[in-house]
Amino acid sequence: MSTDPEGSAGLLIIGSSQAGVQLAVSLRALGYEPPITLLGDENHRPYQRPALSKEFLQGAITKESLIYRTQEYWDEHRIRVVRNERIIRIDKRADGGGVAHSLSGAEIPFDRLALTVGARARRLLVEGVDLPGVLYLRNADDALELKARVPMVKDVVVIGGGFIGIEAAASLNKMGRTVTLLEAGPRLVGRAVGAETSAYLLDHHRQHGIDVVLDAQVRRITGSGDRVSGVELADGRLIRADLVLIGVGVIPNTELAESIGLACDNGIRVDEHAVASDGVTVAVGDVANLPNPVPGAPTQDRMRFESVNNAVEQAKVAAYAITGRPEEYAGVPWFWSNQADLKLQIAGLSAGHDRTVVRGDPAKGRHAVLYYRGDAIIAADCVNAPLDFMAVKAAIASGASIPPDEAADPAVPLKSISRKPS
Amino acid sequence: MPTITYTDATGTAHAVEAGVGDSVMETAVRNGVPGIVAECGGSLSCATCHVFVDPADYAALPPMEEMEDEMLWGAAVDRRDTSRLCCQIKVTEGMDLHVTTPETQV
Repeated sequence: MSTDPEGSAGLLIIGSSQAGVQLAVSLRALGYEPPITLLGDENHRPYQRPALSKEFLQGAITKESLIYRTQEYWDEHRIRVVRNERIIRIDKRADGGGVAHSLSGAEIPFDRLALTVGARARRLLVEGVDLPGVLYLRNADDALELKARVPMVKDVVVIGGGFIGIEAAASLNKMGRTVTLLEAGPRLVGRAVGAETSAYLLDHHRQHGIDVVLDAQVRRITGSGDRVSGVELADGRLIRADLVLIGVGVIPNTELAESIGLACDNGIRVDEHAVASDGVTVAVGDVANLPNPVPGAPTQDRMRFESVNNAVEQAKVAAYAITGRPEEYAGVPWFWSNQADLKLQIAGLSAGHDRTVVRGDPAKGRHAVLYYRGDAIIAADCVNAPLDFMAVKAAIASGASIPPDEAADPAVPLKSISRKPS
Repeated sequence: MPTITYTDATGTAHAVEAGVGDSVMETAVRNGVPGIVAECGGSLSCATCHVFVDPADYAALPPMEEMEDEMLWGAAVDRRDTSRLCCQIKVTEGMDLHVTTPETQV
């Protein structure tokens, strides 16, 4: 890419995934007129990632259906999409403008900066991780490589029992592979769901033929010649593998932000308007560390979300900030995770709960775990129970109460017992 | 070429040429049709691609499955008899479908 002959990139959005795309789209929807450049470091048109571990891996959908927008859309809305350029250095002025320098030598002048740079897969630091057949799953290239290798393998070991690991394990199991899932902690998806849901997922996936090992300490990955052959655990157990997939969390890409002096701490620190510490640059999505958006949350509470919902909602807030109509970010965080034929939907944040109510019979494949702090409902993990998910999400958003004793009866619709505060 | 006509709550219509096999949601989102949010990318997790299908077209669509039916009860604007989540409607050869988008999806 050469320097833009037409002058400035205008608003330069670095990172063209969910947050960057939504920011560009929302700005135009709000009537923002200046130039917008949406720049990404992958050689793909902007695409959505959630399906990479699920429908795309299983071959249920094509690459084409992951594309966010047609080129006609970008052209019509005057959003310049730049692919395959990695920004390595930024000279920024006090007014928020500056010049971005890419690895290919391009110099891109901009008037304002948005950092939607996401996060990268955390690397596992053990012997053997560089062997061919040891993969990560974070972007389309990772997914394409994984997909290409699956037909040639029989035994798969997935390291990491978070959402990515468990979704990929479920997909690969569904595709007829022998799958072992290793989790270093005492339960699955420990960061995002409660103990009851972890236990349910463990039973469910074991019943469906995935060999799940908890408290698994990986000592090394073994190879024969130039191929991976297995994973050795600290207790000496050796698990055969033609393919090893690692999903042990992500690291927010804060290096660029740090280099231009923005405050960072587990992500780029932003205020409730998605504005960083320089008062002008916005940061959105997996890379942003933001005030807890849940209505009524303690003011000092900060967090970083790795979710589509957060990327979308926070991008809208950033768009409002850029157009000079600040709107505070408030909302109920929600997540979904499809694991083969199981649909898990999570509303709210269960951290800090002191009571749980289980609705329905987990053995019947449809139930919800409701989380309470005192009498207030704060979250729910819903398995194949979308109605409960919607009802809890709506209740938390409006500050409504759902009496825990009544909620335990699955025959009673939650919507019918939600009571708005008077 | 199959055509999907999306009319928003104010009565403005967008006619979009669609590809066979794509969903009515994907067709809308890729072309930037306002009124379809589709936060979950079509995995039937969010109910933000709710549409009202033109009564004349509704019966010809394959019936919905239980999960879609349940999700519809949680849509931001109350469902009607002709409500669908359009991530579940596949574009077919020769389709000429008319849908109206609700006032809000969130």
